[in-house]
Order: sequence, then structure tokens, then C-alpha cells
Amino acid sequence: MKPPPFRYHDPRSLDEALDLLASHENAKLLAGGQSLMPMLNMRFAQPDHVIDINGIDDLAYIRETASGIEIGAMTRQHDLEVSQLLQRRCPVMIEALHQVGHRPTRNRGTIGGSLCHLDPAAELPLVAAALDVTIHVKSRRGARSMPMAAFPAFYMTPSIEPDEMVTSIDFQPWSEGHGYAFVEFARRHGDFAIVAAAALLEVSADGAVTRASATLGGVGPAPLRCEGVENALVGNRGSATLFREAAEANRAIDAMDDVHASVVYRQNLAVELTSRALGKAFERASERSSS
Amino acid sequence: MTINGTLHEGDVETRLLLADFLRHQADLTGTHLGCEHGVCGACTVLVDDRAVRSCLMLAVQANGRSVTTVEGLSPDGETLHPLQQAFHDNHGLQCGFCTPGILMTLLEFLKENPDPSETEVREALSGNLCRCTGYQGIVDAALAAAASLRDARETKA
Repeated sequence: MKPPPFRYHDPRSLDEALDLLASHENAKLLAGGQSLMPMLNMRFAQPDHVIDINGIDDLAYIRETASGIEIGAMTRQHDLEVSQLLQRRCPVMIEALHQVGHRPTRNRGTIGGSLCHLDPAAELPLVAAALDVTIHVKSRRGARSMPMAAFPAFYMTPSIEPDEMVTSIDFQPWSEGHGYAFVEFARRHGDFAIVAAAALLEVSADGAVTRASATLGGVGPAPLRCEGVENALVGNRGSATLFREAAEANRAIDAMDDVHASVVYRQNLAVELTSRALGKAFERASERSSS
Repeated sequence: MTINGTLHEGDVETRLLLADFLRHQADLTGTHLGCEHGVCGACTVLVDDRAVRSCLMLAVQANGRSVTTVEGLSPDGETLHPLQQAFHDNHGLQCGFCTPGILMTLLEFLKENPDPSETEVREALSGNLCRCTGYQGIVDAALAAAASLRDARETKA
């Protein structure tokens, strides 16, 4: 239960880190370490080089830009959790963060690390999918961006090359007063979810849904946007019946089967949690727009 | 690194965990290692006043930082910190293995949330596993500690 030997690198700038990534085989980036360190301790990961990017200051920030909100990859989960800007413009992320591990792991864990680790049941990739974030990646060869929908390659593997690093994400926040909810079913508080659901809704003054995002985590290798559900909502007046009927589409999802839960159990959760998330989001949209 | 106010220097292998540096190099064996993969919370310490798992940090990552371990709660080793006193009074420990991590988690938590509800305490402690007590005594102790820390603060003010 101790890490295997590795060469440790401690770059002080992004350029230095990208140089190291480009010039070393079998290298791993060490961000918050809340997934990589357990994997090293258990020797699931045996990199020859560990490149610690905690010494690079300008990768941790949350800022409002002309095009939306931009978050640096090394921003700690706890710093996101207490951000006034996110509380105001993106409360679904805060609600999700309360379910991410525990306070001591959120003090270290980063948003970039969570996204790249891409655990199928992790909360932050789900939120990133719900918000359609854009992921910015850099390497010595240049910079590129991709939508979250294109980020997962397969199980726990993002579609980035070995010499690339995720440096930031950005997204367009939803309108002021939008409805949001993040609900999950986990065996214990702080555990990875068996199934989690996020909902975002924009609602007109007469109670009609004008825009909807419904996303599931924990059902397959990557977060799943439920387009069928979204399409069933837009243009209709929000009600418990509408949400329950729309969520029924999730009974047919392709869910995974593992030691925690069967396919059918996950499908049932996908329906129930989506329905609850939509109901809660709708209630909040009404409250937030009337206040 | 500075541990409980005292400067410690040493050359270590880069793969050495912070927890092992504290226990074997600095001889501060109050920090316990349970699971060594971040689940049990026994090794929780403060690094620059933030609670972290010392089994999920390399010792070299704490270079130049300020670390507080359970030994730092009672510098003279005689007078118990209000948290420790509350655990003593409320049967907040049996075997004591998980206690150092719980105390350090609560130290950060009660600083930010001096008047927590029972639910908030239980949530704050959800990352610390105790296999003896069933948590009731721990929660009672945390609430009692919160009250005595509040009193101490008011007396000072």
C-alpha cells in the first residue's frame, strides 16, 4: 500500500509541464491526487514519471468572461463549492459538489482531475455534460478545445493524447432564475453515486418549459444526456405528470450491470431520479423567477 | 516543513507519503494510517489550515508548508484542547484509532461552522470511519466541543 518508485517532477509553469509531458514516456499528471494517489498506493498505476502540477499557480481560477464562466483545471473542488459567482450563476455545480467525496478530499481534489479521471459515477463530469461545457486542452503542439460530449473516449478515458493537458473549461451559464437540481442515490454520503441525475430548466412566466437539460451519471461509461426527455419537455407546461411521463423514456436506457446494482435497478433509478430532479428544478425555477 | 510550529527538515524518497514522513521521520505517531487510499480518514491532518488526507499527499508536496497534526492540539501534552476534552467527557472514543483524524476534521469544520446542527456534524464526519462507537458518542462530543469553543470565543471577545 505504498506508491511504486517513480521520477518526480515539480514544474513551476505550464510551459515547463507541457515540455515534461512531451518528453517523457509513461508519465502521469498529479493534480489533486484524490484518485491518482490511491491508484499509486494500490499500484493500479505504475507510471515512470509523476508530473506534479500543484506548483503552477495560474491554473486555479474561477472568472466571468465575456462569453461565460471559465474555470482553471487546478481549481480545488472546495473553492468551487464556496464560490459566490458559481452560487449565483451555476448553483447546480454547488449542489453536486456537496456530494463529491468529503471535505478533506474536496480540499485537494480539482475539477480538471475529476474530469480527466472520468469515473462513470463521478458528479463533476455529469455536471459538465449537463452544462455542455467546452474543455480546453494544451500541449507543445498547440491548443485545442472540444465539447464535453466529445471528451469521454471510453471507460475512464478522456480523448486527450499523452502529451496533452486539460487547462480549463468554460461554459455559458443558464439564464438568471433558471431551475436546477442534482440528485443522486449512493449507499453512503460522499460515495460515488450508483445513479445520479442533473436537471436544468428555463421556464416562461406562464409555466411552460422553454429549455431543458436532463443528464444521468452512473448508468454507462460516460455521462448520458437524455435528449428524449429534454424533447418531451420543451414547449409544455411543467407538472408532476409531465416530468414523470418524460422521465419514463429513461427506462429504455442502456445501463451497466455491476456489483452495486443490476441493469433494471439502474433503469428504475434513472426514471425516478430524473423525475425528482425535474420536479425540484421546476419548483426552483418558479421560486427564483418570482423572487 | 513546519509541523505544529516546529521546523522539520529531511531528505526523503519522492514516493514517501506525507503520513509516513510524519510518523517515521518526525516521530509524530499520533497520525494513524488505516486504509491508505483515502477512505477511512484516520490520517487526516491540516496542511496550511486545510484538512487533507496525509496518505494521499507525498511528503515532498508539503515542502515549505505548515502542517498541523493531532499532537499540535495540545502543545504541552498536559492540557487537553476543548475538542479532546469533549471526546473524553462524552465517550467519543473507544480504541482511539480513528480519533486523531476525526479531531483534525472537526478542527477545520468547527472553525467554519461554530454552531452546527447534528445533521451537519454527521455529514462532516461522513469521511471518517469508526468501527467501535456507532458514532453517537462522537457526535455528542463534537456538539459539546462546538459549545465549549463558542464559550471560549465569547469569553475572549
